[in-house]
Amino acid sequence: MLESLVASLIIAFVKLLTGAQAFARGFRPHAAQRIYFANHASHGDFVLLWATLPPYLRRKARPVAGADYWNKSALRRYIAGRVFRAVLIDRERKENSPDPIEQMVEALSSGCSLILFPEGTRNTTDQILLPFKSGLFHLAARYPRAELVPVWINNLGRVMPKGEPLPIPLLCTVTFGATLPRIDGEDKAAFLQRARDALLALRPESPDDDTPSDAAMPPAVSKDTA
Amino acid sequence: MQNPFPSMYALPIFLGAAGVLSVATIVGWVLKQRYAPDEAHSTIDNLNSRIRAWWWMVGVLAVAFWLGKSGVIVLFGLLSFFALREFITLCYTRRGDHTVLLLSFFIALPMQYVLIWIDWYGLYSIFIPVYAFLILPIFAALGADTTRFLERASKVQWGLMICVFCLSHVPALMTLNITASDGRGYEGRNLLLIAFLVLVVQGSDVLQYIWGKLLGKHKVAPALSPSKTWEGLIGGVASATALGALVHGITPFTAGEAAMVALVICLMGFFGGLVMSAIKRDRGVKDWGSMIEGHGGMLDRLDSVVFAAPIFFHLVRYGWV
Repeated sequence: MLESLVASLIIAFVKLLTGAQAFARGFRPHAAQRIYFANHASHGDFVLLWATLPPYLRRKARPVAGADYWNKSALRRYIAGRVFRAVLIDRERKENSPDPIEQMVEALSSGCSLILFPEGTRNTTDQILLPFKSGLFHLAARYPRAELVPVWINNLGRVMPKGEPLPIPLLCTVTFGATLPRIDGEDKAAFLQRARDALLALRPESPDDDTPSDAAMPPAVSKDTA
Repeated sequence: MQNPFPSMYALPIFLGAAGVLSVATIVGWVLKQRYAPDEAHSTIDNLNSRIRAWWWMVGVLAVAFWLGKSGVIVLFGLLSFFALREFITLCYTRRGDHTVLLLSFFIALPMQYVLIWIDWYGLYSIFIPVYAFLILPIFAALGADTTRFLERASKVQWGLMICVFCLSHVPALMTLNITASDGRGYEGRNLLLIAFLVLVVQGSDVLQYIWGKLLGKHKVAPALSPSKTWEGLIGGVASATALGALVHGITPFTAGEAAMVALVICLMGFFGGLVMSAIKRDRGVKDWGSMIEGHGGMLDRLDSVVFAAPIFFHLVRYGWV
């Protein structure tokens, strides 16, 4: 009860701050078990992605987040654990820490969808997208029933850059792409490249691109159907 | 004796607007039934979205008027917030601008409206053009990032001027102590000046759209806006000027003065639309945002009001205070 109130407050706040506009480009929002994989520039990424999902998909979606950050204070533990029901994984694995892939498979086995950031850490560089870690490949192989959906989160890195405690209001968009097809026998490098290309293809064009992109520019977002 | 419900003066204006919108809603429905009952039709569907959005806008403005001074100030503060959010989104900013943007959104913007609330004309008329202008670049410089520095500092200042300073001159109309041209007082009726400004300027936008759709052939500024035509401009501004003269009873102006003032604010509104279009073209977008169904973003709807409001404010302040 309290959790859903807190969730509503967080959604209202995110919408006031960012407009939280979602686009579907090839994405069909029917009820299905999915692994949403997105670019990662801000601690707010999964909150924004989660807030733009329709409620019936949002209820099922659990973010995968770093335990080191979200276990730091009681408030973070409450938000991550109770409100978002995050799957907290240990990024600096010690001897006794659980295998993150096992944790994610367990969550999927209980019928949930996952929100995953395959870069593994926040991208605070000038690069558009960091290299993917192998987690997405292993998870996809272990749980072939889940649809793999690329999601590009635009602008949120500007809202709250690393090291800044307070966010500024800027319009952000979240673009959901088409399900990534499964190819039998595909090796890790080819799979990760394909997943990365699918994600980059969702990126809206920006007139401020100083950095060369490693993917062809897609048409502007405004032509899409929301 | 003071009227305990000053917003009641504006009731006929809102009833008139509701009447016009009712007619528009019926016309839009008939067009839809006749030409595209079961399929998408971009022009007619856009027209109907615009009409629906107008109902919302008139409704929100009516609620703010009913709440009185605080309602109108809070409403325009929020509009400034949404407009500035759209503006900064389209600007090139860097990590070093974060403090400047925090100050703009959470200090300068509320401060401007507080100054209007407490009626401190001497400060609210120079707060952003002088103090923000000088102090914000200091924080930007302390960010120690010189990449495209002047461009970044200028754009933040431009955003504040357009979205906060200029727009705040609409609620600032409530602070003026006006004497009407016929010598009578105007106490408690300042909200009607806001109604006049919004009615004439937004009416001019709508009438330009209608005249343009009906007769428009010759483009005024094809490089800036494909939808603005000479037929729309002349027909729209002329009819909005006539509308201004027609409703002079709610203003401190005579009919002739009302027409002159209406003409000036319609022209400012038109050129405001052109300037804001030039920025959008430069940034490669069609609309500022998508907050208002059928219209685009907040700034797409407010561009004309933003350019007209300070001129209107100072005309009134010079001539009728």
